[in-house]
Parts: sequence; C-alpha cells; structure tokens
Amino acid sequence: MTDLAHIRSDFPILQEEMNGHPLIYLDSAATSQKPTAVIDAISGFYQKTNANVHRGAYTLSDTATDLYEEARARVAGFINADRREVAFNRGTTSALNQVAYGWGLNNLEPGDKVLLSLMEHHANIVPWQLVSRHTGAELIYAPYTDSYALDVDALESLLDENVKVVSITAMSNVLGTINPIRHIADAAHRAGALMVVDAAQAVPHMTVDVKQMDADFLAFSGHKMLGPTGIGVLYGKLDLLEAMEPAEGGGEMISDVQLDSSTWAEVPHKFEAGTPPIAEAIGLGAAVEYLEKLGMEAVRSHEIDLTAYALDRLGAIQDLTIYGPTDVETRGGAVAFTLADIHPHDIATILDQQGIAIRAGHHCARPLARSLKAPATARASFYVYNIRSDVDALVDGLEKAREIFGVA
Amino acid sequence: MSLNELYREVILDHYRAPRHHNHLDSPDGSAQGNNPLCGDEVTIELNLNGDRVSDVAAIGVGCSISQASASMMSEAVFGKTREEIDELVRKFKVMMAIEESAEEVVDPDRPGSALGDLEALQGVRKFPVRIKCADLPWITLEQALESAE
Ligand SMILES: Cc1ncc(COP(=O)(O)O)c(C=O)c1O
Repeated sequence: MTDLAHIRSDFPILQEEMNGHPLIYLDSAATSQKPTAVIDAISGFYQKTNANVHRGAYTLSDTATDLYEEARARVAGFINADRREVAFNRGTTSALNQVAYGWGLNNLEPGDKVLLSLMEHHANIVPWQLVSRHTGAELIYAPYTDSYALDVDALESLLDENVKVVSITAMSNVLGTINPIRHIADAAHRAGALMVVDAAQAVPHMTVDVKQMDADFLAFSGHKMLGPTGIGVLYGKLDLLEAMEPAEGGGEMISDVQLDSSTWAEVPHKFEAGTPPIAEAIGLGAAVEYLEKLGMEAVRSHEIDLTAYALDRLGAIQDLTIYGPTDVETRGGAVAFTLADIHPHDIATILDQQGIAIRAGHHCARPLARSLKAPATARASFYVYNIRSDVDALVDGLEKAREIFGVA
Repeated sequence: MSLNELYREVILDHYRAPRHHNHLDSPDGSAQGNNPLCGDEVTIELNLNGDRVSDVAAIGVGCSISQASASMMSEAVFGKTREEIDELVRKFKVMMAIEESAEEVVDPDRPGSALGDLEALQGVRKFPVRIKCADLPWITLEQALESAE
C-alpha cells in the first residue's frame, strides 16, 4: 500500500466545511477535486499568457498556442498515444458523440449493429441511439454476470459480422467493475468491428495504455482526473482519425473554405472546431503532471487499499447490499450500495448533514439501475485524497441513518 | 438536530405503510410523474363523482419524502371537491415555499389545523434539494385532474 495521506494539503477544498462538519468528499466518480497545482495553472494562464490559439500574429498568442500544444503532448504521453491522436473537446460525452456522429453516421447502415453493455453510462448509450435513428443500425447489449463482471462469453456470442462497433466502458461508474478491454478489443477486431472505449473512470484511476488496450477510439474527461470541467479527450488511431468526418464544423478546423464546400485541417485540429477550452486544456496538462508525479501505480494501489477497507467495513453493516465485484483487483473505487429500506436519496441527505458527500440515484445509468432491480443506489467513490477515516465517517453516518429510520 | 425535523415519525409511517396504494380499476384520470434526477416515480389515479374525488390511488417508488408526500396527499384529497383541492394545493405550495405568499399557512399553535398530517412535511423547507421530492406527487395530481376533464 502506498500512503498518499500527505497530499491532502494539496487540495484546498478539503479544508472546507459542509453543514458544520469537515467536508468528507466521496463523490469523485462524479467529479474530482482539484489540487493547487491545477488551480494555479489555470489562473496563471489567465494572468500572464491568455490569448487565442493557432491564429495570433503576436508573441502572446504563440505562447498560448505552445502551452496548449504542450498540454496535448503531455496528455498523449499519459495514455501512450501520439499527439496527433489526441483531440480536445468538452469531455467524455462530447468525445463519444464525435465518434457516433463522425464515424457512426457515415459508416453504419441498416442491418448493422452496435454492441454496448448493460453497465454503460448514458453518455455511451444515447449518442448511439441518436445515430441509429438516422442509420437504421441496431443497438445490442452484453449482460453482466451474477458477480457483476461483464459477461464476456455472452458478449462474444453477440459479436457476429453485423456488429460494426463495440463500445464499452473500461470501468463502470456504478459497479466499479474493470472490464478486460484488450480481450474484448481482440474479439471485436476478429469480427471486423471497431473498439470504442469509454475511459471516463479508467484514465483517472489506473494506467491506461491505448496501444496495450488496442483501442480504436477512447474517450475521457479532465474533471474526473483532478483537472477542470469543460475539457475532455478523444483519442483515435491516426488512420481512423484521418479517415473520420468531423461532427462539428467552424473556425480552426478547416484547411480551406469555398462557398459550398471545405477541406479539413490536419488531425487532430479538424476535430477542434471553434476556440477550444484553452485554459482548461492547460489545467488538464497540469493535472496529468500531478498524477504522473504521484505515479499511476501508487494511485491504483492506494485505491485498492481504500476500496478493500471500505468493502470490509460496509460489508459488516447489517442489511447493507453492495452492487459490484468483491475482488478489489477487478474493480475500482466506486462502491454502490443500498441499506435496508432506506432510500438512497434519504441516505445522502442524512450523510450530507454530517458533512459527507455521496451520490444517490441511478448515476446516469438507468438501464443498469433497472437491471439491478435497484432503481436507485447510494454510491461512495474514492480518489487519491481519500483516507481510511473517510470510510469510518461514512460507516458512522450510515449507522445514524439506521437510527433515524428505526432500522433495528 | 434538523434531521429529526425532516424525518418525522408520521413521514416514516406513511413511507413504510403508504395509504391508497392500490391501482383503481378504470380511473377517470391518471398521470405519471417522475424526477429524472433521482428516479422518484409517482402515479396518481382518481375517480370523480361530479366535482368530487370519490377515489384516489397514489402509487410509486422513491425516497421517503416523495412517497410520504404522495400518501398524505391521497388521504387529504379523498372526498374533496375540485375547489377544495385547489385550495389544498395552494396551501401546500405556500408551506413548502414553492409559491410565495405573505400568509403563514401553518399555525404553530394549532398544528394540523390547515393541512393535517401534511404539515409534517414543512421540515423539508430547510432542505432545498428535497423540496422537489415533496412536490412531485402534487404536480402529478394536477396533471391527473386535468386528464379527467
Ligand atoms: C463511465 C462514464 N462515462 C461517461 C461519463 C460522462 O462524462 P462527462 O459528463 O464528463 O462527459 C461519466 C461521468 O459522468 C462516466 O462515469
């Protein structure tokens, strides 16, 4: 185990109170907190180097462009990609929409299938639904097993020659399940399908190597990995990005514009229409630098330790049900649960009054929630700045919930 | 502590043993409400005898506040005329600070005088994120009444 307790002072918000109690933040799967290094990178950019990128004929704009492109290079290195393979956008949602509209809309036909899983976030379902309305492609879903692992056998049996895209989350934001992407990618490629990876939860919490995964496209968000909101990444293999149509048009993404047609800029710029989120990209670069300093191995082992402790302590609470794998090696630090007949929303309110932030509801994964027969769950999720005493506070808070609801 | 004001005994009682919780055979009006943020769902069905609600059902899944509010509401509207219900809805919304009014609906010296059990929900006012839970059945009731017209 690697103890990261010393880094808590890097996160100013952890000094705040909520409802008169020290803030205990257990909702990092929704969004992470930001270290001073990231906050400073953003405000420093606005104070000293703010200008638009790729268009100025003056030094300040050159500097801004350099910083923006340096951030891209750093992010690319972080996932073992080439910088031309990393397009910035607003986040995972917008990256997945880019693939669905850019690739899907232009390549899918009636009779084609898009293979998803039952544990997908709405961001990896709805764009495909929208595009299938135009293309006539069908969406099919791989189930999960009784132990909350993706049912890879079932997935492979669904994988016939009509499947053109397999789009799967690398780590479930509800169950915590880590999916064997490389294995699925190999199967997808054998069947002639593209492998798209929703890595919104994976990139922040474990080493992600796009080459090792053999992902064709991969999407993630800055704000879940210590970076700011409003910035995300679409990774794509170079040849695929070069062949793919942009989903958005506008300034910055063109090579030439005629009255009735245009040609596109080089990748990745053709996927970055309009003024990009410049400060946010630089903030994300700083977040990646921070994570690299911690080391992703250390991040992962810290979370394994914390998750094991949480599963242990939560598991000891009577009438508490955990929805997710029990083996910490196969899961991340998002722990979904229910407690007796206390609705998760009520659990969240009771914890909130004790300064503890968790999420309650369907976590933007309604098909999963329905299949769990738990329309709503409570979810605690951990990151680098959480410590064991956060888990202890959660457990005490849940005891309080039992008391208020008179659960014997 | 304010949590005890929120989770009053009556609220937990209505949550655990909701009243009017069986579907009606062929309701004159019905509506379904849900809160996509937290997943609360409520179905309201009603029969009208002239201007009067002669039967009502409030069925749903969700948090204690939304489900208790639905259950208490079903008791409160049972047997009431449209006009009486309009007044009830108005008083409820004022109590919950959903509608503005100079009037204090709830008389602390005579608890229950205006809204009965429903007054137990006034603690929700201190929890702004939960007000929409309490309000969901009421929005749905208005839709069910409209559908019966
Ligand atoms: C697995 C997963 N996919 C996609 C998203 C969407 O990310 P964003 O809202 O940053 O676009 C999230 C986060 O909410 C997520 O957890």
